Amino acid sequence: METETQNQLQDTAGEEVMIEADALVKTYGKGEKAVRALDGLSFRARRGTIFALLGPNGAGKSTAVKVLTTLTRPDEGKAAVAGTDVMGSPDRVRRTIGVVSQGTGVDIQATGRENLRLQGQLYGMRGRVLEQRATDLLELFGLADAADRIARGYSGGMRRRLDIAMALVHDPWVLFLDEPTTGLDPEVRADMWEQIAALAAEQDKTVLLTTHYLEEADQLAARVAIVDRGKVVAEGTPEELKSELRGDAVYVELDEPAADGAVRPALEPIAGVREVVVDGRALRARAEDGGRAVPSVLQALEARGIAVSSVRVARPSLDDVYLRYAGRTFQEAESEDTEVKK
Amino acid sequence: MTIVRHSYFMTIRHVRELLRQPWWIAVTLVQPVIWLLLFGALFKNVINIPGFHGTSYIEFLAPGVVVMTALFASGWGGMPLIDDIERGVTDRFLVSPVKRTALISGRLVHSSLTIAIQSVIIVVLALIDGAGFPGGFGGVVVMIVVAVMLGAAFGAISNGLALLARREETLIAIMNFVLLPLTFLSSAFMQQNLIPTWMQHVADFNPVNWAVVAGRSAVSANPDWGLIASRAGFLLALLLVCLAFATRAFRTYQRSV
Repeated sequence: METETQNQLQDTAGEEVMIEADALVKTYGKGEKAVRALDGLSFRARRGTIFALLGPNGAGKSTAVKVLTTLTRPDEGKAAVAGTDVMGSPDRVRRTIGVVSQGTGVDIQATGRENLRLQGQLYGMRGRVLEQRATDLLELFGLADAADRIARGYSGGMRRRLDIAMALVHDPWVLFLDEPTTGLDPEVRADMWEQIAALAAEQDKTVLLTTHYLEEADQLAARVAIVDRGKVVAEGTPEELKSELRGDAVYVELDEPAADGAVRPALEPIAGVREVVVDGRALRARAEDGGRAVPSVLQALEARGIAVSSVRVARPSLDDVYLRYAGRTFQEAESEDTEVKK
Repeated sequence: MTIVRHSYFMTIRHVRELLRQPWWIAVTLVQPVIWLLLFGALFKNVINIPGFHGTSYIEFLAPGVVVMTALFASGWGGMPLIDDIERGVTDRFLVSPVKRTALISGRLVHSSLTIAIQSVIIVVLALIDGAGFPGGFGGVVVMIVVAVMLGAAFGAISNGLALLARREETLIAIMNFVLLPLTFLSSAFMQQNLIPTWMQHVADFNPVNWAVVAGRSAVSANPDWGLIASRAGFLLALLLVCLAFATRAFRTYQRSV
């Protein structure tokens, strides 16, 4: 483990590391009510790439962002952004980063332009440079027409775009986007994806994105870290993570509920078919090559007199990856979390 | 230097916010007028009580209303900060290089300007209503300065509590509990030697009374500068303590988010 904090780190592939989280621990509350939001979370994001922290609500993603952006301090662990120690020199880190936090940070009593102007002033920008920068960003994010209207009247998508514009006003190296598309319409979300992708690709910005949308991480991120209960349980490119599952998922819907014991022996001898699970009418299995396995599966079921109503083959999704590493599906994790919060 | 500049940016933000709400400006300006006229009429006969010095109750009351207005305006000063916290604006500022002190001082400068304007209105109205203010222009300025100092101290407390409680209900409960009793445990409406003895003793330790006593003396015919200086000194000390509290509250807030 490198301990240097002032110099640029390089990872094993010789790439420049822009964000480094090392065994972060953060607990809220005390005694029995204590919640361990971060439980040894570690990851590294490379320069000029989008790195996603993927996990359900309450997994600790936002807490990680709060620590890395100097908003709050961890109980244990270390963090560095652009080679600067986050706890040691928070003010220096603040000048290097732009942050879009969960929800919004727009001052709804001010106009879009006034929001941007104040944000720039806090970073020491002024005069014509600042005015020009504000105008450019309003233009870039499609807010030119609304620039001098009070933000109270902005739509959710417009506020979000203004948030991102504000985070970019001082041209930071690293951009933190905490759930940037939560609560947006699907179309607006797709637009947002394009803009985020362009930031990393065209402007060499390092983006840390947190999301609980599997497609979002899949679409945008060069690397994904799956976060569950305050730690990273798996990390890699979306393709790596999916290919680790080896093979496709085969879903069969049976006409009538069947017993696990009756179905499993019928299917397991088929070459390439594994992990057969029957739950009522739903039969789930994994196959090296789903398309090829289907005829044999159907044949075997027919031979036992088990009627089938539908069959579906799917490439593994990040949802499957999540299930494998966290031991529960995304939906289960989300609903468990809501229960805890209540 | 940076603190001054950042405080200025924040002050501009708050003033602009106020200017965009004309009905709120109206309430802000009319409220002290109502206090002055209402209490002026209610307690008009106070001047007939044996032992009361002076001939105009309005002249006696005006410094009290100036201080009361400053106290109430500042006591609620933390409410907009709770709004900012809920809207994520505070967190956005906290991850920028803005000076923490500026987040408080910008609000205090703004509320001090409001208090000064309200005070001028009260003074003008009292003059129209027959008050003489023999202490003159200088005395009036001193009165407004001590009111602003009290206001800034309570504004800092209110902002600090807003950061710690982060709930409007809590702040409302605390301020309801504190503001009126502090006002009535002072000589704002009644000469101090005419109120019950135990209240007189409490009033000596009441910052609201420090401001009332100093302000009233400053606008009187024979200002007691020793008294004014000591009370202003107490208020300054209180203000510094309250500012330290508010700035520290940011640290506690950041630990809990």
